[in-house]
Amino acid sequence: MTQLKRTPLHDRHLALGAKLTPFAGFEMPLQYDGIMAEHKAVRTAAGLFDISHMGEFAVSGAGAESFLQSLAVNDVAALQVGQAQYSAICRPDGGLLDDLLIYRRENGYMLVVNAANIAGDFDWLRAHAGADVTLQDISDSTALIAVQGPHSRKVLEAAFGEQLAGLEFYHFSETSAGGAPAIISRTGYTGELGFEIYTSPDAAPDVWDDLLRAGTEFGIRPAGLGARDTLRLEMKYCLYGNDISVDTNPIEAGLGWITKLDKGPFIGSQAIAAVKAAGPDRRLVCLVLEERAVPRPGYPILAAGEPVGTVTSGTQSLTLKQGIALGYVARGFTKTGTELAVEIRGRRAAARVVKPPFVSGTSLMD
Amino acid sequence: MSIPDGLWYSKDHEWARLEDDHAVIGITEFAQGELGDIIFVEFPKVGQKFSGGDTFGTVEAVKTVADLFMPLDGEIIEVNNALDEEPDRVNSDPYGAGWLVKVKLSVPGGTGDLLDAAGYKELIG
Repeated sequence: MTQLKRTPLHDRHLALGAKLTPFAGFEMPLQYDGIMAEHKAVRTAAGLFDISHMGEFAVSGAGAESFLQSLAVNDVAALQVGQAQYSAICRPDGGLLDDLLIYRRENGYMLVVNAANIAGDFDWLRAHAGADVTLQDISDSTALIAVQGPHSRKVLEAAFGEQLAGLEFYHFSETSAGGAPAIISRTGYTGELGFEIYTSPDAAPDVWDDLLRAGTEFGIRPAGLGARDTLRLEMKYCLYGNDISVDTNPIEAGLGWITKLDKGPFIGSQAIAAVKAAGPDRRLVCLVLEERAVPRPGYPILAAGEPVGTVTSGTQSLTLKQGIALGYVARGFTKTGTELAVEIRGRRAAARVVKPPFVSGTSLMD
Repeated sequence: MSIPDGLWYSKDHEWARLEDDHAVIGITEFAQGELGDIIFVEFPKVGQKFSGGDTFGTVEAVKTVADLFMPLDGEIIEVNNALDEEPDRVNSDPYGAGWLVKVKLSVPGGTGDLLDAAGYKELIG
């Protein structure tokens, strides 16, 4: 077995008593005091996440924009310097290779990719890059810390004296944190007001400590991947490997809103346009369970007793105190309000298709 | 890690406290820690009979689900209904308020191949 990689904050996690778990080749904190308490802290106060496992690539050169435009589903040309964009890259058949963030910096772009896909994505980019594009995998020299929750702005301002009121959703600032250069971006994976701080591995422990110290009066808690998962699921944010993969396309995954078919051709655009024109055979839907039961990935979804789909992500919503799930469901059964069932260890639990997100009224746009 | 003396432990991380002709059964401190925050417990019905090793219910935690295994032969005479409202009692007090079921034992006083506290401590290292 290959050795699990550790983030620059590994010692901090041990000192905080985290329960560690292998994730995408990294040894990551699953939880500290408990998923429920961490989830609640993020929804009501603030949570501090180490997400340094995420991958980062630098893309520069005269051809950078047209190169990214030819791979990414979203419109890279629409990005201003200081802005970030949610996007994805696909195979020619429209299968999703990854979902990612693209940051437009002064002298090029930064791509933020899923940890499990770092090597595959980089190979894919390299295979398609011309001589006028410079690619660099900066994952190992980049630490990433997220502060998420209604009080996250106050925590950051208290920790670093930075005024962040002007930093809009999906914008970032090239600044410093804890005395070291950093990118602070108003992005996240929880559905709350939140910020992500890209810094160096050397500076990361100080940044983490500063945020925890400054955040105490605002109720901050360190939060692990367990809470990250329950939080993102309440918002219907896709998790690569669960809800999206090379076997799913952006249209059926509900990512049509980031797929700009009118921007010009990109890898996969023809296949995706064909799916869109014909209508997808299945769609990723949100299910709420109408009885006490917890859906889990792989559980069958039934309509009138017949299988019509499969759960891809599921949990107990800690906010709603109900079972919630994402799953692909066949055409004809995807409309909001459709009554379905999830088969849980041989028992059928009634479920209903609902509109995303599961939880609304969060601090996301505060 | 709390492993009280006087209880009997299964390799599946259940405990049993023998009281006359019946036993109180729960999951261990170790088990609740591994499961994490517990959302609810699916209980058997009062009157159901089980043999040692049978699945008698499930525990749903946020991150995972686990079967419950009966440590001894017997018939369910009571389930801890308080857990319906406060399932976190299993996390906070697994040997006390977080007990799961009471069983009328087929063989009163028998402990089968259950471990004592020292044996269980060795098992979980």
